[in-house]
Amino acid sequence: MRGFLLNRLSQSLILLLIVSVIGFLVLNLLPGGPLAQFGLDPGMTQDDLERLKEQLGLNRPLLIQYLDWAWRLLQGDWGHSFRDGAPVLAVIGRHVLATLLLMGTSTAIAIAIGTWIGIRGATHRYSLFDHVATVGAMVALSIPTFWFGLVGIYIFSLQLGWLPAGNMYTIGDGSVLNYLHHLILPSIVLSLVHVAIWSRYMRTAMLDAISQDFVNTARAKGLSERRVIMKHVVGNALLPMITLAGVQLPSILTGALVTETVFTWPGMGRLFLDSLGYSDYPVVMGLLMFSAILVILGNLIADIAVAIVDPRIRLG
Amino acid sequence: MTALVANAGPSRWWRSRTVRRFTSHHLALLGVAMITLLTLACVFGPHLLPYDSLYIDLRARFSPPLTGDHYLGTDPLGRDVAARLFMAGRTSLLVAFFAMLLSTLIGTLVGVIAGYRGGWIGAALMRTVDGFLSFPSIFLLLALAAALKPSPAMVTVIVAVTSWMEVARIVEAEVRSLREREFVLAGRMLGLSGAHIMFREVLPNAVGPIIVAATLTVAHAILLEAYISFLGYGIQPPLPSWGNMLEGAQQYLDSAPWLAIIPGAAITMAVTSFNFIGDGLRDALDVRDDRV
Repeated sequence: MRGFLLNRLSQSLILLLIVSVIGFLVLNLLPGGPLAQFGLDPGMTQDDLERLKEQLGLNRPLLIQYLDWAWRLLQGDWGHSFRDGAPVLAVIGRHVLATLLLMGTSTAIAIAIGTWIGIRGATHRYSLFDHVATVGAMVALSIPTFWFGLVGIYIFSLQLGWLPAGNMYTIGDGSVLNYLHHLILPSIVLSLVHVAIWSRYMRTAMLDAISQDFVNTARAKGLSERRVIMKHVVGNALLPMITLAGVQLPSILTGALVTETVFTWPGMGRLFLDSLGYSDYPVVMGLLMFSAILVILGNLIADIAVAIVDPRIRLG
Repeated sequence: MTALVANAGPSRWWRSRTVRRFTSHHLALLGVAMITLLTLACVFGPHLLPYDSLYIDLRARFSPPLTGDHYLGTDPLGRDVAARLFMAGRTSLLVAFFAMLLSTLIGTLVGVIAGYRGGWIGAALMRTVDGFLSFPSIFLLLALAAALKPSPAMVTVIVAVTSWMEVARIVEAEVRSLREREFVLAGRMLGLSGAHIMFREVLPNAVGPIIVAATLTVAHAILLEAYISFLGYGIQPPLPSWGNMLEGAQQYLDSAPWLAIIPGAAITMAVTSFNFIGDGLRDALDVRDDRV
């Protein structure tokens, strides 16, 4: 287990290094580069900018600049927002919970419904249900999330008036019920794509598990078919799903950004777009790096979780 | 298409197993029919409609679908939605198509080199693939789009730069498994150059998975263009694209829902077509794939 942990940890660190290089390159591509913040100041002359360049060490070789930037990232100095001068990490911190709430809820929905569809599809292979689920998943994967959100708002908020069209809560009403009410539509919208993906993978994993020897053994023991499926097959089919949850993280974050925009949800996606609109590049860069780190961390946790549940992995 | 041809020799390729399997795949045929219809509409539609996509008629603002000659209604400036939809389709489909070509090219190059060379070059390339995959694609897309001027060509490049990784992974795995096969060793013994073996001997064997991945990449690219254009960082008006037709549609959702529903339906139709076709090709070309 220790060797496995060290191996995974070092892989994640290497990935972090590569991600930071890509991030640094994007930062230098942005208009004005790292100096953009000062270029916005109307009182700033070209001479001032040159002097700043000198002071901030931007005339040093790129490698040195990268190391300096990466070192400051490691120490938690992610720069300051152009908008209010607040530290970038603090700004992100104010929005991360809203995004995690949305992602968590929609992932729970996707897992519950996707697992059910996958199990049913595998146990009733080539039935009408299975065919509808297969085609339905492909169509669901083809619907742009933001458009699905708009259609949802049109039907459930504007026509039926059942659900709020946006925001995380009604101002002046901080009750849990109010939060939940606002959470329903965006989390369902965000979960659609993942229900599709989850159900497909679950079906495949179920079919893989069904064909294994231990399933025959369980049947030979005289267990009921239902028990064989629910206990032995589903249990084993769920294992690769843990890895899938990690792998799907970037796409959930992407979906969250789009969903947050449509539903004016005050999360990281909304913050990213607002910051882009204000050319608040430190926050944009911070979010870019933060989301990548979140993804790497998520994958690491998923890998460790699988290893804890499945001894074949940490020993093999 | 070379793979389809190669399977049965120069004559009667249309009777090959691959083609037969593809044509018996109902969803794939449906996909081909839908995308053909949509493409024809985008190519010829604007010439057949009574209004130009840029013609502004302020007296006819917000006409719902089927008012007079405005079959799909008009937008807030009184422009004909149908004309704009088809012109937008040209932009969106072309951007997606070229983004697919470019990303398949990048992915194939990276995959072949990483798979054939292996060693630290291969490891470095594949870790770079993982690095790119760690970013939520839309964050990377938007940051790049904000940094670079989003002309249609630039949007194509940005979409390609954020979607080549899948192809690279597939090609790398394929090439790595082929690397030790006899025909490659034979090539080495004959003294063929590494590049010749990589691209002329090994790569043609990986064409099936590449075609499937490329088809699915078109679907993905249409969605990505729609996302960033919807958010205002992709294709810029007055050039219409399916994505930027939806920009601002939300504020008229109550009074003019067709502005949101129609372009989104076109996107869904196009993306579904390519996903169906990709699924059919996967079956027809015998590509093993764990993905959806």
